[in-house]
Amino acid sequence: MMVETLQQLLPGFLIPHFNWAMQLGQGIFGDLWPSILTAVWTVIKVMLIIAPLLLAVAYATFAERKVIGWMQVRIGPNRVGPWGLFQPLADGLKVLLKEVVVPANADKAVFLLAPLFAFAPALIAWAVIPFNEFLVLANVNASLLFVMAVTSVSVYGIILAGWSPNSKYAFLGSMRSAAQMISYEVAMGLSLVVVLMISNSLNLVDIVKVQNEGRFADMGLKFLSWNWLPLLPMFVVYVISIFAECNRAPFDLAEGESEIIGYHVEYSGMSFAVFQLAEYSAMLMGCTLVSLLFLGGWLSPVAFLPDSILWLFLKIFSVLILFFWVRATFPRYRYDQVMRLGWKVLIPVSLIWLAVVACWMLSPWNIWK
Amino acid sequence: MGSMKEIFNSLLLKELLKGLSVTGRHTFSRKITVQYPEEKTPQSYRFRGLHALRRYPNGEERCIACKLCEAVCPAMAITIESAQRDDGSRRTTRYDIDLNKCIFCGFCEEACPVDAIVETRVYEYHGESQADLYFTKPMLLANGDHYEAEIAADREQDSKYR
Amino acid sequence: MEFRTFVFYFLAAILVFASLRVVTLRNPVHAALHLVLAFFSASGIWILLQAEFLAIALILVYVGAVMVLFLFVVMLLDINLDRLREGFWSYLPLGSIVALLIVAEMSLVLGGMYWGVLESDVPQAEAGYSNVQAVGRLLFTDYVYPFELASVVLLVGIVAATALTLRGKRKSKSVSPSQQVFVKAKDRVRVLQMPAEKRD
Repeated sequence: MMVETLQQLLPGFLIPHFNWAMQLGQGIFGDLWPSILTAVWTVIKVMLIIAPLLLAVAYATFAERKVIGWMQVRIGPNRVGPWGLFQPLADGLKVLLKEVVVPANADKAVFLLAPLFAFAPALIAWAVIPFNEFLVLANVNASLLFVMAVTSVSVYGIILAGWSPNSKYAFLGSMRSAAQMISYEVAMGLSLVVVLMISNSLNLVDIVKVQNEGRFADMGLKFLSWNWLPLLPMFVVYVISIFAECNRAPFDLAEGESEIIGYHVEYSGMSFAVFQLAEYSAMLMGCTLVSLLFLGGWLSPVAFLPDSILWLFLKIFSVLILFFWVRATFPRYRYDQVMRLGWKVLIPVSLIWLAVVACWMLSPWNIWK
Repeated sequence: MGSMKEIFNSLLLKELLKGLSVTGRHTFSRKITVQYPEEKTPQSYRFRGLHALRRYPNGEERCIACKLCEAVCPAMAITIESAQRDDGSRRTTRYDIDLNKCIFCGFCEEACPVDAIVETRVYEYHGESQADLYFTKPMLLANGDHYEAEIAADREQDSKYR
Repeated sequence: MEFRTFVFYFLAAILVFASLRVVTLRNPVHAALHLVLAFFSASGIWILLQAEFLAIALILVYVGAVMVLFLFVVMLLDINLDRLREGFWSYLPLGSIVALLIVAEMSLVLGGMYWGVLESDVPQAEAGYSNVQAVGRLLFTDYVYPFELASVVLLVGIVAATALTLRGKRKSKSVSPSQQVFVKAKDRVRVLQMPAEKRD
């Protein structure tokens, strides 16, 4: 796989050297050489996903500050570099140079591991995310289940970050946000079940492909046959649950900027920044899932434009803007209201709609054949 | 019936959409940020900033060491010691203002019978340690000499309200 | 050694190590975390057996939900280790009997090739085979009654948990968020228009 791709990509004068290197590797490693090549190629693909992802995360923070600034009739960061474009780099540098303070009575190992527990799941889930029909690191059958399982693990970072520093404030904050994440996972899972039912597959590539068919798609208005319209209540439930899952405003009790009871109160410097990275990459993950499951992924909205990975990026960016917009608009929920919304509103709504869609699929007006 | 209507409205996210439209409109409205080093907000001639000790046009310092400012200062930031000068007049030997304590209320300026201690419009100064913000008599006099034109113009403008 | 075999032994070693730590560690939170590690390696072994649905369900249910609640409880409890270890010698006879039984059972299973009990041969499925569909089909055809029975038992559990923790009508003056979120400005504030009074 890698050999053919590189032979096509490399400039002509390099190809003899490349072939020579291949033969050299074959000579040294013998039968192991193809497996080594596969491993190297996989690592390269992983880097090709993670590096742009981290860059996107850095600039998501910048975009958030800019967009929220505009909504609050401010300008936003504009001092570092042209239009403030180097602000994320300056922030990163600052955070790297800061001291990581470990509280005296902390469980040191767990305290230092907790940010990784939060960050790793947010990265692992990207392994199964398709960027178009062929661009996917691991096209596994149960990719949606995989994403759900991996994101459900990210709650450990929060719990451990709250427990390990031996601080009651961090502990209270972590209990809150862990309970919040678990409650909203139920509503999220139920709305995903509806998507699974109508697309008859757990594979994200298939789920996107199914959205390309339907009466409106035949008329050329493909965006009307995407899942968001027939499953509108589920779409809303899912987006709200994603807000709560990512601990974003208006459910950002975990961070609670103005009341400072959050799981990461005891963290500083880079260990705090890793939590922020985790939050933003989980947010990008959520945006990508919304785009893939409900907004047709890389499909173009109308028939006369070609499908492209750029559509996916555009959709992810729009959902991201929605995240910022909501943060700039709504006040934070009180904790009992968060729980009420999760258990008493979203779960009943998704259960009812689950039954409705099931009846719809058995009725003669079934539109997903 | 009314509660049914409310539940229906809340399921339709009516209020949420209303709120989103407000912020959405403001995204594109004209920004009111003042970009500080390049742009500054207009300043009153009564602005109370860095302190200065003034002199008469003939070069004689105004302060007569009456210690009214020291007495009136609510933060007790002013320290004055006085002595008789060779020509028989009473003058300060020490006039210190600790800007760490000062609350910029302007009472010293009000109390001064000879308009010696004044607050200028200068607010862009800094100290890298607390000692840097401890202003002594020569420093205050130097401030007065440096900003005399501005100080005099501001006092002139304000005189009709006094 | 085949790569699969290597991965199996690697995961199995982690699994055994983590399980041992679960019972030997003194800090209950660390023990719970090692249990999480054990679940992860177990699900890795299941993936080796091409049971990806079971593996993912293990992570989703046990790691993602059950262990989180478990950690909640463990973290909130103030566990006194000395009191826990008090009855060690009095429980030892019973405990050793149970341990011996388990060892005997496991040796029967693991030594299956000598007694001819176990014929473990995992069929290799082709690439397009979906584990999830197979499990779903079996659950809703052949095993539909056990499945529904299990769900009824779970429902009973939920109802029982609610009934046990239900304390009746609340006597404290607490607020109801359901009523609060529907409050409008006009319910709380009355704007009066009063004519300005002229001074004589």
